[in-house]
Amino acid sequence: MALFQIAEPGESAAPHEHKLAIGIDLGTTNSLVATVRSGLAVCLNDQRGRSLLPSVVRYHADGSVEVGFDAQKNQAVNPRHTIVSVKRLMGREEKDIAHIEAMPYEFVEASGMVKLRTPAGVKSPVEISAEVLRALKNRAVAALGGELVGAVITVPAYFDDAQRQATKDAARLAGLNVLRLLNEPTAAAIAYGLDNAAEGVYAVYDLGGGTFDISILKLTRGVFEVLATGGDSALGGDDFDHRIYCWVVEEARLQPLRPEDTRLLMMCCREAKEFLTHNPEARITARLSTSEMVDLKLDVATFAAITQTLVSKTLQPVKRALRDAGLRPDDVKGVVMVGGATRMPQIQKAVGDFFAREPLTNLDPDKVVALGAATQANLLAGNKTGKDDWLLLDVIPLSLGLETMGGLTEKVIPRNATIPTARAQEFTTFKDGQTAMSIHVVQGEREMVADCRSLARFELRGIPPMVAGAARVRVTFQVDADGLLSVSAREQTTGVEASVTVKPSYGLADDEITRILQDSLAHAKDDAMTRALRESQVEARRLIEATEAALAEDAHLLKAEETAAITAAIAKLRAAAAGDNRRQINMAMDDLAFETQEFAHRRMDQSIKKVLAGRKVDEIRMGEKE
Amino acid sequence: MDLTADFFSLFDLPRAFRLNVPELDSRFRDVQGRVHPDRFASASEHERRLSMQWATRANEAYQTLKKPLTRARYLLELNGGDVEAENNTAMSADFLLAQMEWREAVMEARAGGDHHELERLYNRLSGDMAGRYKEVGRLLDDEKDFTQAADRVRRLMFLEKLLSEIDDALASLED
Repeated sequence: MALFQIAEPGESAAPHEHKLAIGIDLGTTNSLVATVRSGLAVCLNDQRGRSLLPSVVRYHADGSVEVGFDAQKNQAVNPRHTIVSVKRLMGREEKDIAHIEAMPYEFVEASGMVKLRTPAGVKSPVEISAEVLRALKNRAVAALGGELVGAVITVPAYFDDAQRQATKDAARLAGLNVLRLLNEPTAAAIAYGLDNAAEGVYAVYDLGGGTFDISILKLTRGVFEVLATGGDSALGGDDFDHRIYCWVVEEARLQPLRPEDTRLLMMCCREAKEFLTHNPEARITARLSTSEMVDLKLDVATFAAITQTLVSKTLQPVKRALRDAGLRPDDVKGVVMVGGATRMPQIQKAVGDFFAREPLTNLDPDKVVALGAATQANLLAGNKTGKDDWLLLDVIPLSLGLETMGGLTEKVIPRNATIPTARAQEFTTFKDGQTAMSIHVVQGEREMVADCRSLARFELRGIPPMVAGAARVRVTFQVDADGLLSVSAREQTTGVEASVTVKPSYGLADDEITRILQDSLAHAKDDAMTRALRESQVEARRLIEATEAALAEDAHLLKAEETAAITAAIAKLRAAAAGDNRRQINMAMDDLAFETQEFAHRRMDQSIKKVLAGRKVDEIRMGEKE
Repeated sequence: MDLTADFFSLFDLPRAFRLNVPELDSRFRDVQGRVHPDRFASASEHERRLSMQWATRANEAYQTLKKPLTRARYLLELNGGDVEAENNTAMSADFLLAQMEWREAVMEARAGGDHHELERLYNRLSGDMAGRYKEVGRLLDDEKDFTQAADRVRRLMFLEKLLSEIDDALASLED
């Protein structure tokens, strides 16, 4: 922590305690947790000094769970119940998953997201990911020795709504307060940009274990503006392992393999891939359960040849993102390489050739995302120290649309729109007296609904009965700063608020989250009531602190009686929070929130006016330069 | 100031087509710096919602004002005109004829894989459009002739579409 903190003029005079916040890179192959300490972003290591945590979860016969290196080491022993690369399953249905036939897991028939049968019961990818997040959270709590105010969790920029929602659900299950879902390339750009005081247009090429992202960003005086993003959420380093595996099976003329042998060979293939980064040739040796021996040599040229299509598959989204941004390769000032898979020489060469410049590799491609996430978490938690201030403007990666007649999609929000964003659309009834209508929201760029991802089906009910075509239902689609969609609807002629029933096509329903939370609490023998009370008390303290800081700054915006009402509500909440009646605390919080609504509006107004005031419009020119 | 204020007053800019775009850029960043949800990550739920509404509005305002076509359409809308409603008004015959000639030239260049020709067409069209936008500026800002302006804007909608088709053709040749 800094030795002394200098309060900015206008900032709360109350001394800021350093709030503990973390950034988590939840990766396909490995995950990391980082935090900002004494102004520096650092990765938090395990007891043996390792920062990486393999994203591997093993379920034992007795129902216990093992996460990380030990689970990874033994994955060939029990591949069926040792889950690797679970990120590929997040928010996905069975039919969407590439190479699912090669996976040794026992999938359970279920609608929506896939589920796996384990000795600890049927688990969704969300629950499995939550185990990885919980392990990282525990590591952070142990290292930092205090209560975490929240976490920034990174997701591939190209993750759709279902995959983002699944990630957020996993964090909730792990007991983390999610400050923000942050796109991985954007996190990397923060780490790189702040480190190098970079200005101009940068490309972030992020090839992880199972996902590929490309983001084009403009960096200007503390603003990170994503111009366009693209990628493939099912393409990564794993696929390079798989190509080597296929090559081995063919070269060694292997018969169909048992799951244990497949996993063993895949591990050898990964090692060979990594070895080839610094060596001209790798040897792949393995003794299979059939006591058959595999002994092959793979050279760099062969490796490059068998993975060439994968490499060029990454360049298509790069071209499209550049085009979406209205730029050419030579407009890009630097290309930041992120993700362990970018260590492969053929990737470095292809990217270097495309942009006609040497890619930037001065930051550890494994750590840069976690470090950027920690830096952002620190800012969001309110540990601001004047100079460290920046603004992130990110985009939605895939267009949102609606199903219209004939199974076609109508775009509602285009890809690469800056978030948060909203769009309202009007619908009408086609039958007399119709009181309900259903709306199907999809995400993707294709024309046919069947080729896009189904996000949700909304049933609008309670429309007042009218003649056909008379009702005007205005449906508002809102995408928040996490890139998550919510929908609300209102009938315009009568002002009746139509209720919206969200039936997630993927993801977990809210009651499902509650059930899992209850189960896990019971399992941990934790007292759910105590935990809820503690959470309310923490929230109450936070609210009081924030309101008092606002009063200290902006009391002049209030009439005397308004100030009195707010002060009284604070006192009431303080008294309630000292007790152990959770309902009373929550009611007092609601009251304070109500009393401060108008105040919040005025403060926002003042803030905008202030920032625009004093600017002189000295020269108004025609915007010809566009 | 409130959420229903028009996009120009949101950035405290004069309501005009001729706009200092770098000034708009920097005002947008200033406003977003104050209202963005990242500034309210630890605030009360009400403030977070308020912040999201403001940030959404600021993004919408910026996107609309940044591009000359959407800016012109927005100005027409503020002045009670509606470009879409009059969409069925027939274009002048020579404008439509010129359109057809353009399209033929693009198709021919595309079929022949003539990258050079496509780029030439692109540059010629952009140049032509810049002149037209100047005219729109005169009609909107000086003469306040919204009927004429709406007519010019409708033509520009055609031309913008044509321009993006040339761009698509160029991209398909590059792949």
